[in-house]
Amino acid sequence: MGAGGTPQRRVAHPPRPGRQRRAQLHPGAWWLWALALGTAATRTTNPLLLALLITVSAYVVATRRPDTPWSRSYGAFVKLALAVILVRLLFATVLGSPIPGTHTLLTLPELPLPAWAQGIRLGGEVTAEALTFALYDGLRLATLLVCVGAANALANPSRLLKSLPGALYELGVAVVVALTFAPNLIADVQRLRAARRLRGRPDKGLRGLLQVALPVLEGALERSVSLAAAMDARGYGRTARVPPAIRRTTAALTLGGLLGVCAGTYGLLTAEGAGYGFPVLLAGLTAALAGLKLGGRRSLRTRYRPDRWDVRAWLVVASGVAVAALLALAAARDPAALHPGVVPLVAPALPLGPAAAVLLGLLPAFVAPDPKEPS
Amino acid sequence: MIRFEDVSVTYDGADGPTVRGIDFEVPEGELVLLAGPSGVGKSTVLGAVSGLVPHFTGGTLRGRVTVAGRDTRTHKPRELADVVGTVGQDPLAHFVTDTVEDELAYGMESLGLAPDVMRRRVEETLDLLGLAGLRDRPIATLSGGQQQRVAIGSVLTPHPSVLVLDEPTSALDPAAAEEVLAVLQRLVHDLGTTVLMAEHRLERVIQYADQVVLLPGPGAAPVLGPPAEVMAVSPVYPPVVALGRLAGWSPLPLTVRDARRRAGNLKQQLENAAPKGRGELRDQPQPTCSRQHSAHPTPVGEVRALSVTRGRVQALHHIDLTITPGETVALMGRNGAGKSTLLNALVGLVKPSSGTVRLGEATPHRTAPKDLVRMVGLVPQEPRDLLCADTVAAECAAADRDAGAAPGTCRALVTELLPGVTDGTHPRDLSEGQRLALALAVVLTARPPLLLLDEPTRGLDYAAKARLVAVLRALAAEGHAIVLATHDVELAAEIAHRVVLLAEGEVIADGPTADIVVSSPSFAPQVTKILAPQHWLTVSQVRAALHPEAG
Repeated sequence: MGAGGTPQRRVAHPPRPGRQRRAQLHPGAWWLWALALGTAATRTTNPLLLALLITVSAYVVATRRPDTPWSRSYGAFVKLALAVILVRLLFATVLGSPIPGTHTLLTLPELPLPAWAQGIRLGGEVTAEALTFALYDGLRLATLLVCVGAANALANPSRLLKSLPGALYELGVAVVVALTFAPNLIADVQRLRAARRLRGRPDKGLRGLLQVALPVLEGALERSVSLAAAMDARGYGRTARVPPAIRRTTAALTLGGLLGVCAGTYGLLTAEGAGYGFPVLLAGLTAALAGLKLGGRRSLRTRYRPDRWDVRAWLVVASGVAVAALLALAAARDPAALHPGVVPLVAPALPLGPAAAVLLGLLPAFVAPDPKEPS
Repeated sequence: MIRFEDVSVTYDGADGPTVRGIDFEVPEGELVLLAGPSGVGKSTVLGAVSGLVPHFTGGTLRGRVTVAGRDTRTHKPRELADVVGTVGQDPLAHFVTDTVEDELAYGMESLGLAPDVMRRRVEETLDLLGLAGLRDRPIATLSGGQQQRVAIGSVLTPHPSVLVLDEPTSALDPAAAEEVLAVLQRLVHDLGTTVLMAEHRLERVIQYADQVVLLPGPGAAPVLGPPAEVMAVSPVYPPVVALGRLAGWSPLPLTVRDARRRAGNLKQQLENAAPKGRGELRDQPQPTCSRQHSAHPTPVGEVRALSVTRGRVQALHHIDLTITPGETVALMGRNGAGKSTLLNALVGLVKPSSGTVRLGEATPHRTAPKDLVRMVGLVPQEPRDLLCADTVAAECAAADRDAGAAPGTCRALVTELLPGVTDGTHPRDLSEGQRLALALAVVLTARPPLLLLDEPTRGLDYAAKARLVAVLRALAAEGHAIVLATHDVELAAEIAHRVVLLAEGEVIADGPTADIVVSSPSFAPQVTKILAPQHWLTVSQVRAALHPEAG
C-alpha cells in the first residue's frame, strides 16, 4: 500500500487539484464592521431602525457565514438577545419604572417595603409608556449583542487573535487555548453522563451533572498539562537573544507609555487637565506601541499565510463606519426621529435618511467572498 | 543521533527508578522500535529524548541523554524543537490550533521559518500524508486516523532529524495504520529521519524496524539488537514470531513474506495433522467455545433497519443485526465507519433516526438506566470514564448498589479477573489492562446477557490481551453474547465467531470469522496470510493441531 493512501480512501476524500485556500476576508474587517453597526445601534432607540440593523447584519451572516463550528454560535447570540429583551420587560413590570405614564395596563399588588428601601418599588402600576421605553431600551442592547454574534459567526475569533502584534502573541495563544477549552469541557460532560447511564444511574437532572463535575475538571486539568507539554515540545516560547540595550529600551518605552496613557486619560476626564490631557495621552500611546513593536523582536515567530488586508476589507469596514457615522450625525441633527417619544406615546416613524444609511451596511453581502463556493 | 548514557529516571514520590541502566545509541537514519510489556517505562524513555522528562514531568534523571549533540540537561524541550518532533499517545492532546493547515504550520511558526518555506512545506506535507482534501477542515471533525496523520504531519513540517512516536498506530484501523507506517518508512528512506517509536502492536511495526530496544521488565536493563535476535528472547512478540518459535525457525521470520517462504514444511505437517483436509478446519475455529444456537434460539439483541443521523452526517444506514446468546461478534471497519455509534445505539445512548433496536422486549433508549444495566453492558473506549470512586473497594460497592446485586458480587469478579489487586488501590494507579478488567467487572456485576466492548485492546500488551481473551471466552461459554468493536484483527481471529464489517455506516459483510477475514487482505490475521491457502486463524489453533496431546 503506497504512502498516498489506499484506493478506497482516495474515493472517500478525492483531492481537489488546484484548489485554493478558501478565500477569506480579514477577520479584523468583520469585527470592525460588526462593532460599527453596534455603535450605530447605540445612537438610536427607534425600534424600526434597530430592527433594520438586525435584519442587515442577519442577512450578511446568512449569505457570508462559513460552515464551521464557531459560526453556529450566531443562534446562541440571537437567543441571548431575546432573553435580554424579556428580562428588561420583566424588570420594568415588577420593579416599576421612572417613566411617568398615563396609560395604565394593569396594576400589580404593591409590596410595602421598609423605609430604608425607599426609591425601590415592587409591583404597582404598569403603564404602556414604561413598557414601551423598556422595550426600546432592551431592543438596543439586543441589537448590540446580535452584532457581536454576527462578528463571531463571520470570523473565527482565534484567527483574529493571530493578527496580534508579536509581543502579545503568547497572550493570544493563552486566549485561544482557553477558547478551545469550553467545547472540550462540554464533550467531557456528555461522555461522562453517558458513562453514568452505563453504570445504571440516572443520567439526567442537576444531580447527575454535579456528580460528573469533579472527574470533568480532573480530565480538563490533565488535558491542559499534556497540551502544555506538547506546545513546549513544539517550540512554544522560544525566544531570540536581544541586546540588553534594546531590552531596557523596550521596558522603558512600555512602562513610560502606559503611565502616559493613564496620566493623559486622567487629564481628559478632569476639568483642569483638559489642556495637557490629549497630547500626553497621544505621546503615551505612541511610546507604548513603540515598546510593543520593539518587544516583538524577542519573539522568533513568523506567520503562516497571514490574513491580508485588501480592498474588500477596506470596503467592508467603510460600510460599517459609514452606518455608524451617518447615524451619529442624524442623532445630532434630528434627535426626535431617532428617539421616538414615549411620553406622550406615539407610533415610531421610519426616518428615511437614517434608514437608507443603515442599508449601507449590506455592502459586505456583495463584496465579501462567498465561503460556500470554492474560489 | 540519540545517545543514552547509563540513564535512570526516578519520579518524585516513587520508591525506585522507573527505568535504569538505559545505555544505547540510535544511529542517524534508523527506525528503532522500543518494545516491552506495559509499565516498563517506554513512555519515560521516549520523553527523555524530547526533554519533556524531566523538564516537564519532574523527577530526577541520572546519566546523560544527547540528541544531535545537544544535552537535554542544558536544553529545554522548546530548544530541542527543531531537531526532535514528538507525538504522544493521544493526538487530540497535541493540537494547538483548530484547522488542519494551521496545525501543520504551528511548529514552523514557533521556530521562525520564512513564510515561503512554510508554505512549501505545508503543501509537501499535505501531499505526503494524503491530507490535501482536509486542509480547511476543523480538526475536531476528523476521524481518529486522520487526526493521527495530522499530528505526525504537524511535527514533520519543521523537518526534525529525530521523530519520537508513542503508540502511533494503536488507535488506527489496519489500513490507516499501514498508511502511517508507509509514511514513516518513506521518511526514513528518503529523508534520513531517525525514528524512535514505542508500539504494542508489534505485528504492525516489527517489519519496519532496523533495530529493537527491548525493555524486558520494570527496572531491567534494555536489550538492543536486530529485530530477529531480540524477538527470540522477548516476552512480547507478534503472531508471526510466535509461529516461528513454535516451528523452531531460525533466524525468526519478521514478515509474513519471510514466514511464507519457510512455511512449506509446516504446511505439510499441518496437512497430515489434520486428516480432514484443509478448508474444513474453519468449521471449528474455536474449540473452547460452544455455540448455543439450538439451546437459546431467542436473540438477546436485535437491530432492524437502523439508521442514525447526526447533524448532516449519516452515521448508520439501514443496519440489520441479530445477536444470539453465547455468540461473540466482532465489529470491524475503518475509523469512523460507525462501529461505536452502533454500540451506543445498542445501549440507548444514541436514538435511532429510523428503524428499531430491541433487547429482548425492551427498547434501550426508552429504558431507565437502572433496568438497562441488567440487559446490556458497555465497556467504553476509555474504561476510566466508567470508574468514579477513589478506591477499588468503593468502586465495587458502588457497582453492587447500582446493579442491585448482593454485596461482594463485584469484588468477587474483580478477584477473578484481577488477582492481586488490593482494596485500597486508586483506579488511576492501575495499568491500562487492569483498568479495563475493573471496568469489565463493574459492568458484569449486573450480569447483563449482552456485553459490548469498544476497542478493548487499545494500549494492552500481549499478556494482558491473552488474559482478556481467556476471560471473554469463559463469558461466552457461560452464555453471554459479546459484541466487540475492534481494529485488532488478531483479537477478532482469536475469539469472534462472527465478523461484521462496516463501511460508511453500512454493513458490507456479515459471516463466520474465517470466511470474512480470510477473504480480506487488510483484515486477515498474520497466521492466515502465512498458511494460506489453508484456513488457520491463530497460533493457538496451529499449536493444538501440531500437539494435540498438549492442547
